[in-house]
Amino acid sequence: MNVIIMIVPLIGTIFGVMYYYNSREFTQLLLAQPVKRSSIFLGQYFGVAISLSLSLILGLGIPFAAYGLFKSPAIWDFTMLLITGLFLTLIFSALAFNIALSNENKIKGFGYAILLWLFLAVIYDGIFLLFLVYFQDYPLDKFSLAASMFNPIDLSRILILLKLDISALLSYTGAVFKQFFGTPLGTLASIGMLVVWVILPLYRLKKVVGKKDF
Amino acid sequence: MMKTIVPVLFMIFFFSARAQVVEVCPTCEISSIQQAVDMAANGDTIRIKAGTYKENEITIIDKSLYLIGEDYPVIDAQMKGTALTIRAEDFSVEGLKIINIGTSHTSDHAAILVSGSKNFRIERNRLENIFFGILVEKSSNGVISRNRISSKAVSQAKSGNGIHMWNCKDLTVDNNTVKGVRDGIYLEFSENCTISENLCEANLRYGLHFMFADHNKYLDNTFDNNGAGVAVMYSKFIEMRRNLFRKNWGPASYGLLLKEINDAELQNNIFEDNTIAISADNTNRINYINNEFRGNGYAVRIRGACYKNVFSENNFISNSFDVSYTGNINENEFRRNYWSEYTGYDLNKDGTGDVPYRPVKLFSYLVNRTPEAIILLRSMFIGLLDFSEKVSPVFTPAELTDDYPQMKKIKW
Repeated sequence: MNVIIMIVPLIGTIFGVMYYYNSREFTQLLLAQPVKRSSIFLGQYFGVAISLSLSLILGLGIPFAAYGLFKSPAIWDFTMLLITGLFLTLIFSALAFNIALSNENKIKGFGYAILLWLFLAVIYDGIFLLFLVYFQDYPLDKFSLAASMFNPIDLSRILILLKLDISALLSYTGAVFKQFFGTPLGTLASIGMLVVWVILPLYRLKKVVGKKDF
Repeated sequence: MMKTIVPVLFMIFFFSARAQVVEVCPTCEISSIQQAVDMAANGDTIRIKAGTYKENEITIIDKSLYLIGEDYPVIDAQMKGTALTIRAEDFSVEGLKIINIGTSHTSDHAAILVSGSKNFRIERNRLENIFFGILVEKSSNGVISRNRISSKAVSQAKSGNGIHMWNCKDLTVDNNTVKGVRDGIYLEFSENCTISENLCEANLRYGLHFMFADHNKYLDNTFDNNGAGVAVMYSKFIEMRRNLFRKNWGPASYGLLLKEINDAELQNNIFEDNTIAISADNTNRINYINNEFRGNGYAVRIRGACYKNVFSENNFISNSFDVSYTGNINENEFRRNYWSEYTGYDLNKDGTGDVPYRPVKLFSYLVNRTPEAIILLRSMFIGLLDFSEKVSPVFTPAELTDDYPQMKKIKW
């Protein structure tokens, strides 16, 4: 699970940034041709994101399939794992493209990208926890629901957790989360949130690309 | 004169000394069980043939009778009062099917009510759609065995217990199945009772519940999917061996809930997939030996005021939290357990890890203080926190370690 939660976003970010910077000159050449800007950049993005997703699906899928996944009842949990992995790849490569577009300086771009990953993967949870500890006298369940919705890594972690580690989460405070994330509505809402997380960076990508001078 | 009296006397003697068999069936001369009970003399057997008897408040007082149902005759109490009330010595109730006991807020209607009795057997009965199942009070030396009790309890206030023992002594409860009532088996102020090989499942509150009941033991039982598997409260000297606690999960579910318990013995029990396998509150001198905790949310949760509890040679396998702990170390001990999360090494290959294991994670401490933090379970940040706490304990009790963690699963 940690592979999905930590490594997949990291790879998405690094590869996204790297690909953009490496192909910058080629992109500039392409821009001179009569091709729509959005199709160049969206094409590049989807090229990276889809190949990463494919490698994730094949890389996780083949060993599990060889292990006898199709006969085991865990197949739905595994599908959930793959779906969240896919979303994380899409989200983080989109974010990486945004960062790379906004920073001409390669080193700066890489720095921001890794910082973003670090922030969402680790620091966000730290701040979140501090908040919870400081304001523990207040009812926090709604807040923590919202806070976990706003971080794609947290959101996918919880979605996977609900499939795996359900019993601890179910203790009396976990009931609120279970009630929300466990229902079809909650699952839909969280997947919707992940979709929003894909669409927003893409939208910005398109807008910036339309105006940017190269 | 003498010639006629002697045979008559002899005959009276003969008939009263030999127990008679009274038969009851819906089409017989004696068509109601109460009628049969009234007619029967001490020591008689009443055979109840198959059929439906719409009766309630059948009362047996001070008569030693043996009620035997053939092919499970149905006693339908029609939601009115208790079906069978007995106050006697040396009796048995066997093979009856008792249904439809009505709920009441003021009195405890039961399928079988045994009060102030001795030396009895209640066997192979089926009780369905009941309020209380078998209610035993102020009785001793009884056997309650191989009964099947089921109901459809919805709310705690409107449901009763499967087998309820109040102020009893020396009872044996074995091989019963209790399903869908409030408490599967309940003991209050009862002593020297043995509860063994029962199956309690899908009960609303507890599978087995002790209140102020000392010197009892429960062995080889299965508690599946109850509100809480077993609750032992305010009792001393309880023996718990070879029980299976499974899937007791939900917002407030425990496998085993211990509250104010002294001098108990837990051995060879298996706890599987419970939200909280054991919650111990105010317990003293309890030995946990050779138990297995597998896939629970919390394996052991120790609340305040627990002294001198010893956990030794248990298996802790893939629980979200092995131990959650509040308060000081208080002479509680963990030693020679197997922990699946142990990451130490064993250089001299004696089967004991060289680095002590710390079963309490910082995160479990945090979750105790801020329950909402559970949402961060398994996040990387929490992993980092737990690791740093492991290296230099600040918040968790530093002495709380297992100094001899086992490298291999313990077999018994």
